[in-house]
Amino acid sequence: MSVSGKKVTIAAATATESDAAAENSPSVIVRGLRRVFGDRAVLDGIDLTLYTGDFIALLGPSGTGKTTLLRILGGLDTADEGKVVVPRARSIVFQEPRLVPAMKVWRNVVLGAPNMRAVKAQAIASLAEVGIEKHANAWPRTLSGGEAQRVALARALATEPGLLLLDEPFAALDALTRIRMHDLLAALCERHRPAVVLVTHDVDEAILLADRVLVLADGNIRLDLPVDIGKPRLQSDPRFLKLRERLLEQLGVVAAAGAGPVEVQPAN
Amino acid sequence: MSTDDISIGPPALGVLDVVAEAKNAALEDLSPADTSKGTGFPWRLWSGRALRVAVPVAVIVVWQVAVSSGWVNENSLPSPETILKAYRELWQSGQLQAALPVSLARAGTGLLLGGGLGLILGVFAGLWRIGEEMFDATLQMLRTIPFIALVPLFVTWFGIGEPSKIALIGSAALFPIYLNTYHSVRGADLKLVEAGRAFGLSNRQIALRIVLPTALPGALTGLRYACSMSLLALVLAEQVNATSGIGYLIENAQNNQRPDIVIAGIWIYAMLGIVVDFLMRFLERVTVPWRPRVGLG
Repeated sequence: MSVSGKKVTIAAATATESDAAAENSPSVIVRGLRRVFGDRAVLDGIDLTLYTGDFIALLGPSGTGKTTLLRILGGLDTADEGKVVVPRARSIVFQEPRLVPAMKVWRNVVLGAPNMRAVKAQAIASLAEVGIEKHANAWPRTLSGGEAQRVALARALATEPGLLLLDEPFAALDALTRIRMHDLLAALCERHRPAVVLVTHDVDEAILLADRVLVLADGNIRLDLPVDIGKPRLQSDPRFLKLRERLLEQLGVVAAAGAGPVEVQPAN
Repeated sequence: MSTDDISIGPPALGVLDVVAEAKNAALEDLSPADTSKGTGFPWRLWSGRALRVAVPVAVIVVWQVAVSSGWVNENSLPSPETILKAYRELWQSGQLQAALPVSLARAGTGLLLGGGLGLILGVFAGLWRIGEEMFDATLQMLRTIPFIALVPLFVTWFGIGEPSKIALIGSAALFPIYLNTYHSVRGADLKLVEAGRAFGLSNRQIALRIVLPTALPGALTGLRYACSMSLLALVLAEQVNATSGIGYLIENAQNNQRPDIVIAGIWIYAMLGIVVDFLMRFLERVTVPWRPRVGLG
């Protein structure tokens, strides 16, 4: 219970930092969340509070329940115990684009609309935001991996979600495309200001994009670090390197001093 | 490093030499073929089409020559020329015009009824667990029965008239469509379904927007197969007490010792098969434009 108290304090501190969020009630409230698979508690008493515009990254070795937590927040999985409150308007970007192959790109963007044709203009506007409106009438299979993931991002933001869940959205992209997508995501989140939860294996990506980096281990939040580096963040910034080293250490990787992306391998 | 990579002037000759010797070296020359000599004639396309036609034409020429030169007895195997004359005879007497619509209507009705039922059951069993439990085991059991074995039963049940013929064609068309529809609906991409759920789609929307459209190619494969099965069943059904249709023409000709008309009738069945295949290709192209078409040369 003392853990819970601590997290609430941190969340409140985050809220006071952002003047817009200060008077808002939280977007995401998680208390004492437990999820058990067999006899193993993958998530064992998670507490988390997010306000509008908060951007957190979840790090942790494979199998620590990052994706499970994200799926519970997205309503795709159900907690065994605890309290989970999330906005009704929420969306997910998965590692794969998951576009319906039988639908043109613009229809995929407004997948959930009762009448798709009526919101076509809105779909095209969302595609324009991610820079691929010219592919609005294309079939998804004709898109490259990066383009398809842009469509997935447009689809996620078209509903103006209060909570945006990102499950390793850039893991399958090549390094150059990934850099462009980082910039795009940062700009989009700045404009739409949803609460964002990014699950990633990439420590650099987490520091680059998030306001807070959480490390999950043994079903709990082992570490919750604010990223106090002004944007744009440079990977050569000493504060960046220090934070990176600290996170890698937490993740059980002996940090090399040099820069460059480091993928976290599953810890033994 | 970079200066070595850029080849200017003289070194280029050396590179070309290397390419020239690629045949007997460990190198393979993958550069595009020199098209500057060609006239732009799409040789591959036309050679493909020519080949497609050449084999049947060659068979018919050999056939004609074999009969005309007396190698084969005209009474057991009439020449293609005689068969064409048989078509003219059938046309002039009006038998062909009378028989063809009857046969097509039989096959079409059977396909529509059997295939329609297969489609409904396939979607029902694919989308709902209760449908799967109600029908799947039964249909999987029934499909192992060769439909030919049903002929005596259907004659007992429905008599020797049209209903037994349509029932036979329908039961031949039902299973291919059921099986393919059921499998492709059941095997819908779960990741897409999950994405649909994440974006708040109702069960109905998930079925209509994700599951059924992506199952369409599978159902069409079933339809294609059902078409050939119903043609097969048509031939069989028309052998039994038919009083009209292509099968009746054939049976009549057999009784009258007219092998030319028998073969003319068989040719009609073959051409129906080709027409159905062509129509199905067209239908797939129109209804599933999003599907990649893969071909090997």
